Amino acid sequence: MTTGDIDVGNPSHPGVGPAPLARDRVVIRFAGDSGDGMQLTGDRFTSETATFGNDLSTLPNFPAEIRAPAGTLPGVSSFQLHFANYDIVTPGDRPDVLVAMNPAALKANIGDLPPGGILIVNTDEFSKRNLTKIGYEADPLEDGSLETYQVHPVAMATLTRGALEETGLSKKDAERAKNMFALGLLSWMYHRPSEGTERFLREKFAKRPDLAEANILAFRAGHAYGETTESFAVTYEVAPAKLQPGTYRQITGNTALAYGIVAAGQTTGLPVFLGSYPITPASDILHELSKHKAFGVTTFQAEDEISGIGAALGASFGGSLGVTTTSGPGIALKSETIGLAVTLELPLLIVDVQRGGPSTGLPTKTEQADLLQAMFGRNGEAPLPIIAPRSPGDCFDAAVEAARIAVTYRTPVILLSDGALANGSEPWKVPDASALESVDPNFATEPNAPDGSDEFWPYLRDADTLARPWAVPGTAGLEHRIGGLEKADGRGSISYEPDNHDRMVRLRAEKIGGIRVPDAEVDDPSGDADVLVVGWGSTYGPIVAAARRVRGMGHRVATLHLRNLNPFPANLGELLRSYRTVLVPEMNLGQLVMLLRARYLVDAQSYTKVSGLPFKAEELQDVFLGYLDGSHPSSGERGSAPQGVDA
Amino acid sequence: MTDQQTSPALGALVDLGLPGIGGLDGVPLAETPQSAKDFTSDQEVRWCPGCGDYAVLAAVRSFLPTLGIKRENTVFVSGIGCSSRFPYYLNTYGMHSIHGRAPTIATGLAITRPDLSVWVVTGDGDALSIGGNHLIHALRRNVNLKILLFNNRIYGLTKGQYSPTSEQGKVTKSTPMGSIDHPFNPVSMALGAEATFVGRAIDSDRKNLTAVLGAAAAHRGTALVEILQDCPIFNDGSFDVLRKDGKENRIVPLTHGEPIRFGPAGEDGLGSHAVVADGLALKVVDAASVDPERIVVHDAGSHELAFALSRLSDQDLTHTVTGIFRDTSRATYDDAARAQVDQAKAGGAPDLQSLLNGRDTWTVAG
Ligand SMILES: Cc1ncc(C[n+]2csc(CCOP(=O)(O)OP(=O)(O)O)c2C)c(N)n1
Ligand code: SF4
Ligand SMILES: [Mg+2]
Repeated sequence: MTTGDIDVGNPSHPGVGPAPLARDRVVIRFAGDSGDGMQLTGDRFTSETATFGNDLSTLPNFPAEIRAPAGTLPGVSSFQLHFANYDIVTPGDRPDVLVAMNPAALKANIGDLPPGGILIVNTDEFSKRNLTKIGYEADPLEDGSLETYQVHPVAMATLTRGALEETGLSKKDAERAKNMFALGLLSWMYHRPSEGTERFLREKFAKRPDLAEANILAFRAGHAYGETTESFAVTYEVAPAKLQPGTYRQITGNTALAYGIVAAGQTTGLPVFLGSYPITPASDILHELSKHKAFGVTTFQAEDEISGIGAALGASFGGSLGVTTTSGPGIALKSETIGLAVTLELPLLIVDVQRGGPSTGLPTKTEQADLLQAMFGRNGEAPLPIIAPRSPGDCFDAAVEAARIAVTYRTPVILLSDGALANGSEPWKVPDASALESVDPNFATEPNAPDGSDEFWPYLRDADTLARPWAVPGTAGLEHRIGGLEKADGRGSISYEPDNHDRMVRLRAEKIGGIRVPDAEVDDPSGDADVLVVGWGSTYGPIVAAARRVRGMGHRVATLHLRNLNPFPANLGELLRSYRTVLVPEMNLGQLVMLLRARYLVDAQSYTKVSGLPFKAEELQDVFLGYLDGSHPSSGERGSAPQGVDA
Repeated sequence: MTDQQTSPALGALVDLGLPGIGGLDGVPLAETPQSAKDFTSDQEVRWCPGCGDYAVLAAVRSFLPTLGIKRENTVFVSGIGCSSRFPYYLNTYGMHSIHGRAPTIATGLAITRPDLSVWVVTGDGDALSIGGNHLIHALRRNVNLKILLFNNRIYGLTKGQYSPTSEQGKVTKSTPMGSIDHPFNPVSMALGAEATFVGRAIDSDRKNLTAVLGAAAAHRGTALVEILQDCPIFNDGSFDVLRKDGKENRIVPLTHGEPIRFGPAGEDGLGSHAVVADGLALKVVDAASVDPERIVVHDAGSHELAFALSRLSDQDLTHTVTGIFRDTSRATYDDAARAQVDQAKAGGAPDLQSLLNGRDTWTVAG
């Protein structure tokens, strides 16, 4: 089959075939073996979709092993993508379309496909041997067990091989392009533009033009297959979303976070120094920042996490913006140095991309169980500010904000991202770089002793912020020594004096407590909800989506998202007390709820799940319904969400 | 004294036999001469009477002004231990950090601030026990740092437990029946970690200590100086044999390019003991009894000789080699890191907006 002459470049001319059906939103899940390139396939479909102008949200889900044994359940890797013609906030609960590249991928994912869902299966992998390997006694494609779905069996490997016959590639190499066949087929089904993918493939395989061509041929073959066979009766159209006006791009949380750090170097005018040790899911921030030396960013891959933060702190002492990036296990190792940074009162940005714990836990899965570690995980009274982004794009703003607080208040700041934000992506309204607020590091240059002498007092605080002066080595006349031993208030020399220690402990706490953060905002469209759902971090999406569903059913529910976890917004207590019920869903065993209950004495309720996967909107919808006022006219009727409401 | 060559991009940093770039290059010079007093802080020194740290502090205070660099461009970073109080007593910039981690902090500072002379003060427990990992990595990276390792072969600050350099069998608070740990030889360890400069001095030998410190300061890269230091409280007299009569029969001073001779002067006016090869190792012989050709001439550029010298005496102090074991030139991590940033910047100032935009943007019209 030659495909070179087929025009696949113009989505508005799908060529022959039936008229497309309109859809508001679609969830697609690509699932295959770790070696099948499902993450790449998902990424490409995401890019095509972003370029097309849909709103979208993604959820990559892959095993911790680089290559688990081929064809096994632990080796299954998947990529879920939710796109729509309106603004959405989650990667979707259940797929409408499941692409299963082998029996293991089918077995691991079929449970999530609702009845009537579209199932596209690569039949070439459904050999007796492969089926028995994962415990299928009969071929599910033949035993009727998939009857409730719209099944499309496609011999993807064979068809790809056929399309690549003339390239002279080996059978094995040719078959490896079958993921691009799948991508081509789905691109056809959903009228995605394809120029971007072809350009991407040419660049990715710049050194192997033969492979680039092979992948493009496979991609086009998949497209042509959809168009020419009778097997697919319909295509679908999801119109571009009406997003806020502006320039958009697709971005993952880790990339946005890295860009935020680059931007923070610009807004503060400080050289950025990153000290880091590789760890999933944070390593990509190190990778990304190491590409941006031209912005004055120095990256240092240390011998361990302790060294990574130590070097960052040393750089901060010298007048750089010190940054360290890691995940939960790394934070555990860094705790002692974080405590040192608290008492040194130097700016430092600490990024924790949370993953499943304890210990090594679930390295590639998401969780929110490091909140209390960030809050209290140090010896002594060692408070510090904590900020958590709510979406991939928000990682940029959170990093810029965290750096601003660190520099202004001379303090280490912990930024709590998580695995779902780190690897998930969404369309991001690109900020105007020239509009970013600049921050003056305000280095000390003169002696400051209150008696007017020529002494420098490193712990004499700013009356407003309680921040201490930052005098960097090389500044004549301000030579001073700082360290982990308690310091005399003001003068900064070593002090073992009981009252001084009590005062210093309180001053440090007061400084952090007094950091100005924006007031919390409640989203309560009806204005008279009884139930307030409070979330933080990446649960923002599912909480908002579930609230929309519940409201769509005629119920009232209010939501509040916390971005600043320390200090809390000044109006938080008042807001919490003004609702009959406060509900806090978290991907831990109730860490934020513990803080809220302790701090505000409100009887906040907790809903928790720690599965390594984000909440599903449907699941939270049911939880919310359970808390709604029984006297409300439509309460108790748990229907399904109306079309177009889910997000 | 050239070691391996690296990428051509770093050519300028590699010793090509031309006068190299020194450890203090890039650090601004003081406008007026400074004295020990200028480097003395107002903090009262609080070591025990008789502690070897006093002698080292006095030596360092009078040595620093001789470097001629600005005081404010001098930084001392320490870990935790008696010796790690050192920075408080110097009127330079300083940080008394946490146990074992000083090399990491100094690394970040040295990479980002080529205009500073960065010194680390650490103890045998701080450097070799809790901080062992950081020490070996600092040495292999060859960051421009000077590390003063105060080796009193005991944990002083925690009141007398054995340390990773304590001799086997030592009775301490935590080893009432004698230590069963085999100790480190800090010089061998540093050489094994690819250190480019390794020296050793005795706290009370101000002349040699000052000479080794001077060479360390001039060295571009990580310099490790082991200082044998007396702790009269918890390890009293541990180095006494190197101070008492007969010490000349034990101390083996090194001078680059000179035959290794020590001890009371022999007939030729040089030391009556000599170091000669013994298979792959070295041994001490009576100088008069060997062919002078066989006497080893010290070469601070030889890794192998430096290692053999470090093994001359192991746990006991029968033959304690002092001076500069190794002083060789290799590209430093911090120079290379800055060179990469400069190279990336050479293309002109990048535009943040184009970074944020990336290559695939689309516009939603209002
Ligand atoms: C994390 C941590 N563990 C343990 C200690 C206790 N501690 C302080 S100094 C020290 C050993 C010091 O020995 P050394 O480095 O040889 O220094 P010296 O006091 O002998 O100069 C120990 C174990 C500490 N301060 N921090
Ligand atoms: S305990 Fe030993 S090392 Fe520490 S100050 Fe006293 S004499 Fe010096
Ligand atoms: Mg000691």
